[in-house]
Amino acid sequence: MAFFEVQGIVKFFGGLAAVNGVSFEVKEGEICGLIGPNGSGKTTIFNLINGYFPLTKGEIQFQDEKISELKTHQICQRGVGRTFQVVKPLKRMTVLDNVIASAFLRHHPRSDAIKLAEETIEFCGLTHYKDKIAKSLPIASRKRLEITRALATQPKLILLDETAAGLNPHELEEAITLIKKIRDSGITIIIVEHIMKVIMTISDHIVAINHGMVIAKGTPAGVVSNPEVIKAYFGEDYRA
Amino acid sequence: MKRPSGPFLLLGLLLILPLMLRDAYYQHLMILVLMWVAIGSGWNLISGYTGQVLFGAAAFFGFGAYTAALLSSKLGVSAWWGLPLGGILSVAIAFPFGWICFRLRGPYFALATLALNEIFRHVATIWESLTDGMIGILVMQTFISKLPYYYVALAIAILSIVTVDVVMRSRWGYYFVSIREDQDAAESMGIDTLYYKMLSLCISAFLIGIAGALYTNYMGFIDPKVVFSLHEISIMAILVGIVGGVGTIYGPLVGAFIMVAVQEIFRTGGFGILHFIGQSTGWPFMSGVIKYVSEAHVLSFGILVIVVILFLPNGIVGDWSLIRKFLIKSKKPAV
Ligand SMILES: Nc1ncnc2c1ncn2[C@@H]1O[C@H](COP(=O)(O)OP(=O)(O)O)[C@@H](O)[C@H]1O
Ligand SMILES: [Mg+2]
Repeated sequence: MAFFEVQGIVKFFGGLAAVNGVSFEVKEGEICGLIGPNGSGKTTIFNLINGYFPLTKGEIQFQDEKISELKTHQICQRGVGRTFQVVKPLKRMTVLDNVIASAFLRHHPRSDAIKLAEETIEFCGLTHYKDKIAKSLPIASRKRLEITRALATQPKLILLDETAAGLNPHELEEAITLIKKIRDSGITIIIVEHIMKVIMTISDHIVAINHGMVIAKGTPAGVVSNPEVIKAYFGEDYRA
Repeated sequence: MKRPSGPFLLLGLLLILPLMLRDAYYQHLMILVLMWVAIGSGWNLISGYTGQVLFGAAAFFGFGAYTAALLSSKLGVSAWWGLPLGGILSVAIAFPFGWICFRLRGPYFALATLALNEIFRHVATIWESLTDGMIGILVMQTFISKLPYYYVALAIAILSIVTVDVVMRSRWGYYFVSIREDQDAAESMGIDTLYYKMLSLCISAFLIGIAGALYTNYMGFIDPKVVFSLHEISIMAILVGIVGGVGTIYGPLVGAFIMVAVQEIFRTGGFGILHFIGQSTGWPFMSGVIKYVSEAHVLSFGILVIVVILFLPNGIVGDWSLIRKFLIKSKKPAV
């Protein structure tokens, strides 16, 4: 059985099928890129994996357990961390306190939680902002805080939703470095990203979706040259 | 408050205060202040720190008060047992209540606490065989002097502040504030938000329930109108919480002090100043003014809430640096 597997998941919002029969699997230790045009259902897939929305149909397996019946916090406890595309910092808490709250999941005496939080902040390069109130951070650092907080729950699988959107080229390089560092630390990653440069350089394997359905799967080079994918991204008239 | 000696100085002052303040009237006010510290701390934990607005604090206050009173009137047990029991039974109410209400987000919890408040008030009024309804319950007071009550109230106030302080430094505290700031984020950080909201409510209910039992013992008389009062207890609890500072350890202490003073100013018509003016000037309309002022405190409470929210959204303790800046600035031109 796969490390992580999504089987025919469906999500309806009223009459709209935001996700319509998506299946894919992810092997332990790899980076899986999830791509697709705006509104194709990527964030919804994350919200389904994470238990934020109940599934209309289908099943999600993680490490031989059906996690699609668990609550969000239980899924996190099983080892699935996530970031939000629209960042959700704990605004009136400091960066350190944000991360400590996360670190408490697996580290009980407060001193242990603080230690892990500080290490994670260091790992993600946020040390400079440690004592700042979260709402005062610039957007690039808020995105980084999302990652830091997810990492402090010590996940085995992390879902990154457009954590590189809106970053300048320098910040983008840093983001790529960080994502690779996360992979090298042994954490499996599913990443949603619009910037092709990011997706192409770091993904081991890519799942492309459109209108809530999988249109291509495979290696980065294979998926990007797939005519369906080109059509979805650039429209019918595009000729390469 | 940063210096660790601050709390001890304060404690020392509160310990010797009633020995210096020998007037029974002021001792009475101080006992009320201390009781409100407990209620305010309880309110602050669930509403200020956890972000779940408790509109019906009187539900737990009155429940604690009736627990103490019924122990004495029905079971012949000392009403002092109401202190621990009132707290524990309030938790027994808060637990299932939270379990039901915290599934929904938004204003449901706030409204449901209001409903609980009103339900309890009606039950206490109607169930005459148990509570004697509107007649109320009389409990023999244990002490004639106010001093013992003062020290019991002080112990409860300290228990409340220390409880909230200890909780807020622990994992629970981090979880409560996380829930206040963003429930979705909290859930995805592995926090069981339903459980921790219930936990926070239970601790709050415990503190408020004890305060209710203290009230019964101290006043020696309760009826549904007083202990389940929406404006005398529930709204007052909110005011104590926000005037001092939402989500601050010492906010409820400052809030209790100010609000008991404000309430008393209205009740007595400015400590008798209006009476004095009325008598010395002989203006016939003054008696009307006095009557209105003492009854206008509900309205003034509402105005106070608005003023605090507009100008000091973090309360007096929370916005202390703002207040200091303002005071220093307004002093300068005078120099
Ligand atoms: N909570 C929701 N309620 C109703 N419709 C939603 C909700 N979330 C997403 N959708 C719809 O589902 C579709 C997919 O959205 P989303 O998953 O956010 O796309 P992506 O992340 O790929 O840009 C969109 O049409 C969006 O409008
Ligand atoms: Mg999205």
